[in-house]
Amino acid sequence: MPFNVLVLTCLAYVAFLFLVAFVVERRASRGEMRFLRSPLVYTLSLSIYCTAWTFYGAVGSAARTGLEFLTIYLGPTLVFVGWWWVLRKLVRIGRMQRVTSIADLISSRYGKSNLLGVLVTVIAVVAATPYIALQLQSVTLSFSVFAESTPETWAMPDRDATAIWVAAGLALFTILFGTRNLDAKEQHHGIVMAIAVEAVVKLVALLAVGIFVVWGLGGGPVAMISRIESYTDPNWAMQPGRWGGLIFLSAAAVITLPRMFQVLVVENVEEDHLARASWAFPTYLFLISLFILPIAVIGLERMPAGANPDMMVLTLPLHEGQGGLALLAFLGGFSSATSMVIVETIALATMVSNHILMPAWLWLRPQAAHSGDLRGAILLARRFSIIGVLALGLEYFRLSGGSAALAAIGQIAFAGMAQVLPALLGGIFWRGGTKLGAMLGLSIGFATWGFTLFLPSFGAGAVISADVLQHGLFNLSWLRPQALFGTEGMDPLNHAIFWSLALNIAGYAAGSLISFPDPVERIQGAAFVNAFDDELQAERLGWTHGQAEPEALMNMAQRILGDEAAISFFEAEARAQGKAGFLPDLTPRFLAGLERNLAGSVGAATAHAMISQLFGRATVTVEDLMAVATEAAQIMEYSARLEEQQTELSRTARQLREVNEKLTQLSVQKDAFLSQISHELRTPMTSIRAFSEILAEGDLPSPRVAEYGQIIHAEAKRLTRLLDDLLDLSVLENGAVQLNFQLSHLGQMIDRALAAASQTRPERNFDIQRDYASEEIYLRTDADRLVQVLINLISNARKYCDASAPVLRIAVRQKGGRVVVDFIDNGAGIAKDAQGLIFEKFARLTDDARAGGAGLGLAICREIMANLGGTVSYLPGQRGAAFRVSVPLRMEKSA
Amino acid sequence: MRRPRAPLFLARAVYRQRRLRDAARLLPLVGFFLLMLPLMWSDAAGAGRTAVYVFGVWALLIGLAAYVAPGLAQPEADTPPEDA
Repeated sequence: MPFNVLVLTCLAYVAFLFLVAFVVERRASRGEMRFLRSPLVYTLSLSIYCTAWTFYGAVGSAARTGLEFLTIYLGPTLVFVGWWWVLRKLVRIGRMQRVTSIADLISSRYGKSNLLGVLVTVIAVVAATPYIALQLQSVTLSFSVFAESTPETWAMPDRDATAIWVAAGLALFTILFGTRNLDAKEQHHGIVMAIAVEAVVKLVALLAVGIFVVWGLGGGPVAMISRIESYTDPNWAMQPGRWGGLIFLSAAAVITLPRMFQVLVVENVEEDHLARASWAFPTYLFLISLFILPIAVIGLERMPAGANPDMMVLTLPLHEGQGGLALLAFLGGFSSATSMVIVETIALATMVSNHILMPAWLWLRPQAAHSGDLRGAILLARRFSIIGVLALGLEYFRLSGGSAALAAIGQIAFAGMAQVLPALLGGIFWRGGTKLGAMLGLSIGFATWGFTLFLPSFGAGAVISADVLQHGLFNLSWLRPQALFGTEGMDPLNHAIFWSLALNIAGYAAGSLISFPDPVERIQGAAFVNAFDDELQAERLGWTHGQAEPEALMNMAQRILGDEAAISFFEAEARAQGKAGFLPDLTPRFLAGLERNLAGSVGAATAHAMISQLFGRATVTVEDLMAVATEAAQIMEYSARLEEQQTELSRTARQLREVNEKLTQLSVQKDAFLSQISHELRTPMTSIRAFSEILAEGDLPSPRVAEYGQIIHAEAKRLTRLLDDLLDLSVLENGAVQLNFQLSHLGQMIDRALAAASQTRPERNFDIQRDYASEEIYLRTDADRLVQVLINLISNARKYCDASAPVLRIAVRQKGGRVVVDFIDNGAGIAKDAQGLIFEKFARLTDDARAGGAGLGLAICREIMANLGGTVSYLPGQRGAAFRVSVPLRMEKSA
Repeated sequence: MRRPRAPLFLARAVYRQRRLRDAARLLPLVGFFLLMLPLMWSDAAGAGRTAVYVFGVWALLIGLAAYVAPGLAQPEADTPPEDA
């Protein structure tokens, strides 16, 4: 197997993965996700539990300690076969609260405390960095295995260079598909599909090697079992403490590892997939583990003494001259390492950017919450975090120089993340858990883990001196890292798990029992614990009676969620409240929804902080607390129906009130218009009459006659225009208009409109901002009518925009079979109470009659758009007057 | 105070589903018990036999989970008994 063939295969495989991720992202963005939503893909994506530590390390572990490697897969099996309702609760909570990571979940549960988020993030980064280093190490080791066997071809680049190339490739992939967009749900379909593919590759590879070993070398299963039976090694005896301890540890890890949480909870698209995964995922683990022991035994028999057992999956086929099989095994190992690194990096980067970088940035620049594009900043923070996390792993790998046994590092990482378990389970099952308890438990557990397991793992004298290891901290014998409080007989790993979790739980319980949670914490606690009980409770979050304007909130939401997403969210909420337009009332329900939406992008703590910045303090009324308390559940049930009726009634009342207000205003307007129109008609009439009388008297010099004639002509034209407008309007309203449908180019229509509108107030110099590429759209519509609308909107901007350096931005977007054109200027905009009126007939905001027509322009526009199957509406919250025209791409000639 | 509205006796289907859920909750304990057994075997049992036993238990657990899981996927009143 020449080394360059290996490198080429590897590159081709990577290119294939890029392609898979790319195609899936494309399809997902077009909404074709049926395959992606299958339980199979979900189960396969869970298999990132099996990293290179499994692929290579399990055989090494089996060769050293016999059956012990099985514990790592038995623990998750136990959790999945029976206790997936715990996972299901996590998934439900994750969906309800828009959780982005395990740090976010903990922070959100304990009163949206960012400090807790930071703590969990630090634990995760510290525990995962060696683990990422381990993956890089396994890839470089496997490369060097091939390089050694073929010295005649390309020289193997040095170890560090390989690791750097692999890390750079992974960073590229992760940034490309992990930070493509800022999704409210933080899901990465392309990556999930890629790791599902990799899951298949690693399973097939391991099974292929196993089948070759059992049937090709071992003489069938029965012979294989007796071979294992007769193999004797004193290290293979089962140690009860480690057997039980490791099963427990792996069961804890499968819930708390950041990458597992990412695929299990964050990337979950359908709760019910867990039911399928409850047996499918254990089956995957079963198959992965099935041939590990045979490979180890045959490897020990056949390989020369001193061969690295961690690489036997690769070296055994090579040794037996099976180059193709070895290549497959290499790809399997490569898959397991890369998929783990990618998902772990995304999970960690989300935590780091949401809990450390973004809060720090907002703290340094508080004004950033009110201005500037936050999405860019968030994505940038995420990208930097990805590079930072990978760089940390790489640096650890270079410094540690590749530690001897792969298995130990994995167990250390598991034990580190397991520290989150008490706060996590306590948080979702015990309402009494508080922020102080979580803080105490996590920090004590983390410190104990570091002291008893992590730091000693660097070897005596590296971080912890041999003296401390021997005699204890400060020479206190009960503070010996591997024999705390005199517990000497325990295995170091068991000892560390036992003490760190025991002290962790004690700290959590004690802290929770003595402290009193603040209101936000209590509400969140109730929402988490009763996640299945009553989803209504989650809606009760204490935003009441604030001073924020909906426009300001919309402004902020736009900068985090993006224009389109924010506008549609506000529109949907307004409609749910029974209001037209884009601005809903600031009900607690709406605010809680908005906060959760923002939390999907920036994490719960940051979202909470941002809203409170605009909104003032989060206030919780006594009623809110009453509703959350279980004691009030009975009352709630009784009053639920009443409440429902009441909201129904008040919604109807609000609609009625709105209509009524509109009617009153209309009648006032109509009166005003009548006097207006008679005035409009009378002014030209008066001058026509006066001048025609003068003309009728005769004996005037002919230049005078011509001049008076001109005046009469102009005034008559003005009259005609007014009457034309009125006529046009009535024709449009009656739907009797003749429309002439044809294909027309949108950009050219805008050109026409701009040219025509430039005659309005030609002395004003407008800066027109357009994106010509987006205007390359052919519409099937009545071009002349549409241009009439565009002209009207542009001339309005020219007339009324009061900025000293006026700018008009024209933005075109396609949205589900419709074309949306926004006209946004930088003037003062239109006052809120006038926004509902401008499209009515005869409405004119200023009394400045010189401005032009009789206030029919926008009313005509609205009627035209209705005839064209589209809409024209005012878009609030754009810091200027903004109008949105929406037309169907293909207008059918039905009406 | 408990909710007085909850009925004292359940319909047969709901009752079965609740017991199915109990079975699922017991499954890990059963599995853990069975997996601890080899620790108490005499040293005469080699790794081969133990491995066959462990994989057998594993397959049994998977089979039981596959039998129980579909019945639990339906969204019956998902009320966990714990209350603060």
